[in-house]
Amino acid sequence: MPVYLDHAATTPMRAEAIDAMVDAMRLVGNPASIHSAGQQAKRVLEESRERIAATLGVDGIEVVFTGNGTEAVNLAIKGLWWSRQADAARPRLIVPAGEHHATVDTVEWLATHEGAVIDEVPLDEVGRLRLDVLEALLAEHAASVALVTMLWANNEVGTIQPVAEVARLTAAAGVPLHVDAVSAYGQVPIDVRALRRVTNAPRGAGLVALSVSAHKIGGPTGIGALVLDRSAALEPLIHGGGQQRKVRSGTQDVAAAAGFAAAAEAVHAHLADDAARMTALRDRLIAGALAAVDGVHLSGDPDAAGRLAGNVHLSFDGCEGDSLLFLLDAAGVAVSTGSACQAGVPEPSHVLMAMGRTEADARGALRITLGHDSTDADVDAFLAALPAAHAQAVKAGLAARATSFDR
Amino acid sequence: MSGGVDSAVAAARAVEAGHEVVGVHLALSRMPGTLRTGSRGCCTIEDSMDAQRAANVLGIPYYVWDFSERFKADVVDDFIAEYSAGRTPNPCMRCNERIKFAALLEKALALGFDAVATGHYAKVLPGASGALELHRASAEAKDQSYVLGVLTAEQLAHAYFPLGDTPSKALVREEAARRGLSVAQKPDSYDICFIPDGDTKGWLADKVGTATGDIVDRTGAVVGTHEGAHAYTVGQRRGMRLGTPAADGKPRFVLEVRPKENTVVVGPKEALATALVAGSRFTWAGLAPADPTSEFACEVQIRAHADPVPAVAQVVADAAGAAELVVTPEIPLDGVAPGQTAVIYVGTRVLGQFTIDRTVSAVPVGA
Repeated sequence: MPVYLDHAATTPMRAEAIDAMVDAMRLVGNPASIHSAGQQAKRVLEESRERIAATLGVDGIEVVFTGNGTEAVNLAIKGLWWSRQADAARPRLIVPAGEHHATVDTVEWLATHEGAVIDEVPLDEVGRLRLDVLEALLAEHAASVALVTMLWANNEVGTIQPVAEVARLTAAAGVPLHVDAVSAYGQVPIDVRALRRVTNAPRGAGLVALSVSAHKIGGPTGIGALVLDRSAALEPLIHGGGQQRKVRSGTQDVAAAAGFAAAAEAVHAHLADDAARMTALRDRLIAGALAAVDGVHLSGDPDAAGRLAGNVHLSFDGCEGDSLLFLLDAAGVAVSTGSACQAGVPEPSHVLMAMGRTEADARGALRITLGHDSTDADVDAFLAALPAAHAQAVKAGLAARATSFDR
Repeated sequence: MSGGVDSAVAAARAVEAGHEVVGVHLALSRMPGTLRTGSRGCCTIEDSMDAQRAANVLGIPYYVWDFSERFKADVVDDFIAEYSAGRTPNPCMRCNERIKFAALLEKALALGFDAVATGHYAKVLPGASGALELHRASAEAKDQSYVLGVLTAEQLAHAYFPLGDTPSKALVREEAARRGLSVAQKPDSYDICFIPDGDTKGWLADKVGTATGDIVDRTGAVVGTHEGAHAYTVGQRRGMRLGTPAADGKPRFVLEVRPKENTVVVGPKEALATALVAGSRFTWAGLAPADPTSEFACEVQIRAHADPVPAVAQVVADAAGAAELVVTPEIPLDGVAPGQTAVIYVGTRVLGQFTIDRTVSAVPVGA
């Protein structure tokens, strides 16, 4: 049985999510229909929405289902940006370096096609955004800033961002904040209403939008959600039947919502216990890897509280991440190089580059991520396979630089 | 696995032969093209997806390995430098020499593999002495032994060409269809993979710039102007728009490109005839001839699909005292450009290859 240590990519569906989905799939009825069948579907849909909302500290009406996390991020960034141009020119968009591609590419698109002006907030060496730079940007440009967007936790190196501080700064500046919580959801407690309260967020500003995805927490793929505060104004990307407060038209997927809700509730109920258990596994894996081979470094925050419970990110000197990935895969252990791929074409991680690492260094990166069903045996299997894979990857890494076939 | 039909069938045969096979697609560009209709063998997302689908059908693991830096340095930059120097390089040979059977092979061996199998049409066979030899494929029309002529004995020892014995490409396509491979009818690739729209001249103009220069005849008399010497290849006839007609009224051909002077030399077709080709960068595909310094009979081929021409060859000391392989064809060769590769054969066997540095015209100026 292969050992799965790539939970940040996607995590196995929980049994309760599968059951809930299958049950809901047997229902007939479009939740927008007026007849009883439609009403029955609508009931399952709205109950699911409320159950998800409860795990995020909001009301059901504030949860907008989307096709995935990427769509939620697009909706938040583009939708907020456009709505913020309605009464005044606010071309600036503040975004940290090292964001997920859902954000990076959306922001670039707005810059190219809509004239958005991007203010990039640098990261420090552990991958945390520079709060002082963000604060200075807001102090100088608040009147012309459309929005601030940021990750709750970095999806590659697992660094948890100072969300509360940024929420407070944006609330004070009267600027809306979107947080991409796709990788953090299910690993850190998220309570949007409480955050708005403690940061004194005025209407339409501070933390107003937050993106999550079901398949990262044991729900189905194909559904995500944008949490959108009632006070936030946002232009829709998809027009049609006016479903979901006209923010996202289109027939809603009742079964996916039911699966999402079941997973969200299960995660939420065990969050503290699961985080503690994953943290223990994570720290054992990190210590084991550092002891097992030479020339390995932990990226991201070395402080246990500053990184996601399930995230391990290692860089191996003189190795290529894709060699290690291949060798570990051949040994039955699934991990990731962590960086974005298009059709599997590897690129040096823009996150590591933003943290001041070199391209050569970034190439030797491996992301190992734990999930709700990870066990001690998984960690043991990884640590058992690592030394041989590493030794061979070093050989291959040297070969890649100077081959004996050169003439 | 490029995403084409040949490498897909080669992989299938390797699996069937009982080998432990892993599909590897080479990422050769950081900026892959997206979609296109023909196959280009590298770089595009669609090709990568096709390769992965073939691997799925065969039930083998599939990975993309990044050689984009090596490819840029060793193939693309080399291509530009060679053109800039007035030579006509073959980037596919360079890729075989430096990437597929060097960087990739080296990495594969280090990772514990025994060989690199490709969809090339060529054969590796044991010779009389037991040493491995490179031979032409059974499918004459598709034979790719020319572009593999750069392989040395050490590389041949780890090269595996499962399509070498197949009599025709049509049979390979049939086999692909029978095996349920979606690429069975995918078009062949002919263009240079890193020039996505096939416009080599436009691409080169973009990389090396264009500057107006003279077109001269063999006596040095200016007969026209051009907009960038790199756009011309030896043997080319059309596209020169010469104002001054030739004295004899006959069509004129590009005889030589001199990038340093930004000059193109033209002349009559007969002047293209080349009586001798020579080069100091030569390799032997397997065992070297017992005594290459004494003349030996062979055939010489100067393009991937040119006919081989009977010749004699010999390694001699050049003017500077370095070893040079000199080949004298029985009948003159047409359209030889410096930078081209000459591959020498004995029968079906590839003996070796060299980059042509020096040619001697069969028709001296004034003759």
